[in-house]
Amino acid sequence: MTAPRDKLGRPVVVVTGMGIMTSLGAGKADNWAKLVAGESGIRTITRFPVDGLKTTMAGTVDFVSVDPFSSTALSERMAELVTEEALEQAGIGAKADFPGPLFLAVAPVEVEWPQRRELGRAVGALDFNYDDLLRISGGGKYSAYHHRFMFGSVAAHLAETFGTKGSPISLSTACASGATSIQLGVEAIRRGETDAALCVATDGTVNPEALVRFSLLSALSTQNDPPQAASRPFSKNRDGFVMAEGAGALVLESYEAATARGAKILGVIAGCGELTDSFHRTRSSPDGKPIIGCMNKTLADAGMTPDQIDHINAHGTATPENDKMEFNTTSAVFGELAQKIPVTSNKSMVGHTISAAGAVEAIFSLLTLEHQRIPPTINYETPDPTILFNVVGNKARDARVTAVMSNSFGFGGQNASLILTREPA
Amino acid sequence: MTDTASKPGQTEVWITGIGLATSLGEGLDANWGALQEKRINVDEKGFAPYVVHPLTPVSFDSQIPKKGDQRQMEAWQRIGTYAAGLALDSAGIKGNKDILSKIDMVVAAGGGERDLNVDTGVLTAEAKGANAPGFLNERLMSDLRPTLFLAQLSNLLAGNIAIVHGLGGTSRTFMGEEVAGADAARIALARIASGESDIALVGGSHNGERKDLLVLYEFGDFNLKDKFTPVWARKDHAGFALGSAGAFLVLESKAHAQARGAKPFARLSSVVADLARRKQPGDMAATLEQLWAKLPRCEGKGAIISGATGAEPATSEERDFLKGHADFPVRSTGTMFGHTMETQFPLGIALAALSISRGALFPPNDSTGTEIEMQGAPTQIVVVGAGHWRGEGMALVEAVS
Repeated sequence: MTAPRDKLGRPVVVVTGMGIMTSLGAGKADNWAKLVAGESGIRTITRFPVDGLKTTMAGTVDFVSVDPFSSTALSERMAELVTEEALEQAGIGAKADFPGPLFLAVAPVEVEWPQRRELGRAVGALDFNYDDLLRISGGGKYSAYHHRFMFGSVAAHLAETFGTKGSPISLSTACASGATSIQLGVEAIRRGETDAALCVATDGTVNPEALVRFSLLSALSTQNDPPQAASRPFSKNRDGFVMAEGAGALVLESYEAATARGAKILGVIAGCGELTDSFHRTRSSPDGKPIIGCMNKTLADAGMTPDQIDHINAHGTATPENDKMEFNTTSAVFGELAQKIPVTSNKSMVGHTISAAGAVEAIFSLLTLEHQRIPPTINYETPDPTILFNVVGNKARDARVTAVMSNSFGFGGQNASLILTREPA
Repeated sequence: MTDTASKPGQTEVWITGIGLATSLGEGLDANWGALQEKRINVDEKGFAPYVVHPLTPVSFDSQIPKKGDQRQMEAWQRIGTYAAGLALDSAGIKGNKDILSKIDMVVAAGGGERDLNVDTGVLTAEAKGANAPGFLNERLMSDLRPTLFLAQLSNLLAGNIAIVHGLGGTSRTFMGEEVAGADAARIALARIASGESDIALVGGSHNGERKDLLVLYEFGDFNLKDKFTPVWARKDHAGFALGSAGAFLVLESKAHAQARGAKPFARLSSVVADLARRKQPGDMAATLEQLWAKLPRCEGKGAIISGATGAEPATSEERDFLKGHADFPVRSTGTMFGHTMETQFPLGIALAALSISRGALFPPNDSTGTEIEMQGAPTQIVVVGAGHWRGEGMALVEAVS
C-alpha cells in the first residue's frame, strides 16, 4: 500500500496510458520490439528530392499519410493517433470527453513551401515580389491555409477531438518540449487543479527548409551511407544528430484518482526539473552548471539521491558537443556512479524527434521499467574514450530498473529532466 | 479546471514590474501620455492597402548593449528582449543576480520573420523555369543566413531574454496566437499562487510590420485595409491592423516583493481561459460569459480592457458580451496599439495595472458609444482577450488593498 502523496505532500502523479509513433512504427508493441532488437528507423529521404543537400537521411514517418501534405498536418495526425492509443490503454473518461487539460509540445508552425509555391504559381508573372503574393492571398481561396498555419491549430484539433477541458496549451522549449509538456501536466495535478492531464508531443517536420536550417548550423550528421549507421551517440566518430519524426502521448493522473477508478498504473512521474542556460543560443555553458542544476533540481523534486537512479535515458543526440557535455555534467551530479549506471540513447535508432523527443523517450523509459530490459545504443562500434558512460552498446540488456532519469536539452538554453519510477516511492 | 483564481491560503500575486515598447512609445510615461492624448500611431501607406501600427523608434542599445546580440535577433525578438529589460528595470531587479538566477519565465510567442528576398528569389526563379529536383535545396543552402533559424524559433525570444538579461530560472514558451498570452499569465500566476515559484517574467512581443504575416492573415481576409477606424467602428469594414509591441510583466508573490521592499502596481487576482467551439453564433459570447462568472465577484469600481481585434464575427460577439456588462467602462487596446497577437493579453494586463496605479482609466477613443467616460479611480479591471479565430482569456487585475 502506497501513499497517494509524495514526500513533499503533493499528489503522486502516475501514468495510466501511453501512445507512441516513431520511424520504427506505430504503437508501443511494434516500437518496443524493434527498439530492443536494435533496429534503426533511419533511411534515405524519399518524401522530397535530396539533391544538393549535405544530409540525405532522416527518421521519417512515411506510413502515415495526410492530404494535402504539410508538416503541421502530419504532426497533427500523428498526435491524434498516439492519443487514441494512450486513451484506449487508460480507459479514462468517455469518447471525446477527456476529464482534464491538454498540454501539447509542437514544432513552431509556419506556411510551408508547397503552399508558398502554389501562391507563386498563382501570381502568373515572371517577376514578382511579396506585394504580388499579398495581392492574391485574400478572397477566401486560401482560407484553409490560415486555419492550418495558426500555431494553435493542432492543439485545437486535439482538444475538440478528444474533449479535453479548458484552454489547450501549445508549447515549445525546442528539443526539451516533450519533457515540458509532461512537466506542465504534473504541475497541474500537483496543484490540485485537475485529476488528469493529457500530455502530447509531436513533430513531423522533416521538410527541405527544416533540414537546411539544421544543416546550416552544422548540427546534422552527414554520414549518409548507410543511413542506419548515421546516428552514433557516444561514439568517437559521431558527427551530429539525425532529424526524425514521431509522437508520444501520456495520460497522467493523480495516484488517488487512478486507483479509485481501478486503472492500471504504468509508472510514476516522480520528479521534473528545468533550468535555463543563458550562455549561448545553441551551446551549453562550458562549465555545465545549468545542466548540473537541472539534474539536481529533478532529483530534489523526486526526493531522491543519485544512488537511487539505476538507468539514464540520455539526451544523447550524437552531436560532438552534446554527448561530451552530457557525460561531464552527469559525472558532476552522479560522481563515479556516472560510469556504472547503464546509459542508453534511443536516438541511435529513432533519430532525434525534436519537439517530441522528451515524451517519446519518457515512454521508452516507462517501457524499460515495465520490461526490465534496456534498449541498446546502436552504432556503438568506436566508443569515445573520453565518454566513460556504461553505454548499453548495440545489444539490449536485462537489468533491474526501478528509477530512470530522462534528459532533454535544447536550443535556447532549454534543459529539462524527468525521473520515472515503477511504483510510488 | 483551468482557472487560477486565488484560493484561500494561496499566495497573493503582485505585478511589480511593467515593460512596454509599443507603437505609442517606450516606457510607461510615454505610453500613458499617448493614451491621455488619444494619440494613435498608424501607418496607412507603408504596407498599403494594409494598415499597421509601427513600433515607435527605440534605442535598442540601452537594453541590448551588445551589437552582436542585436544582430542575432530579428525585430520581434529585439522588441521583446527590449521590453523584458524595461520590465526588469521597472521591478528594480535588473542585474540582481540572486533574483534573476531563479526567476521563472513564461513567454507567449509566434515565430520570426522570413527572409522575403530568399522566398521571392526562389519563386521567381521557378516561375522562369527553374525546375531541377534539387533547386529549392540548393537555393536554401546557399541563400539562407545560417543563424536566421534562431531568429525565427519561437522559444528563442525567451532564449535571447535569458542571454541578454542573465535569466537562469525556468523558461517556457507558449504558442497559439492571442490566447497564448492569457495562458502564459495563467500558468505563471498558478505557479506563484501555489508556491511553486516566487517571481516570474511574463509577456510577449510582436512585429506587425511583416509582409509574411500579412500573407498569413490575408488568407483569412483578416487584415484591415485602406483606412484606420477604431475597433468598435469596423463592423462594415472588418479586420485587424497588425501592431508592433513588446509587453512584459514581473509577477511576484506578495511576500517576495515585501521582503525586498518592492511596490506593486496592482494585484493579479485571477486568469482564466477556454476554447469556445465557435460553431454557432453566440458560442464565443457564451464562453466569455462563463469566464466572467469564474472571476472573483467585482465589487469595487470596475472597468474592462478589451483586446478585441476588429475581425468578424469575433468582435461583434465580444460586443454582445460587453453589452451585458454595460456598467463597466470599456477600453480597446486594438484601437490604440493595433493587434499585437500573442502580446495583446499581457499588454492588456499591463495597462490595467498601470491604470490602477495611476488612479484613472485612460480616456475612451471610440465613436460608437461602446467606450464611455469613467470618473474616479478604478480598483478592479477585467482584461478580456478573445482571439480573432479561436481562444478566449480573461484576467482580473485589482488594486492592492
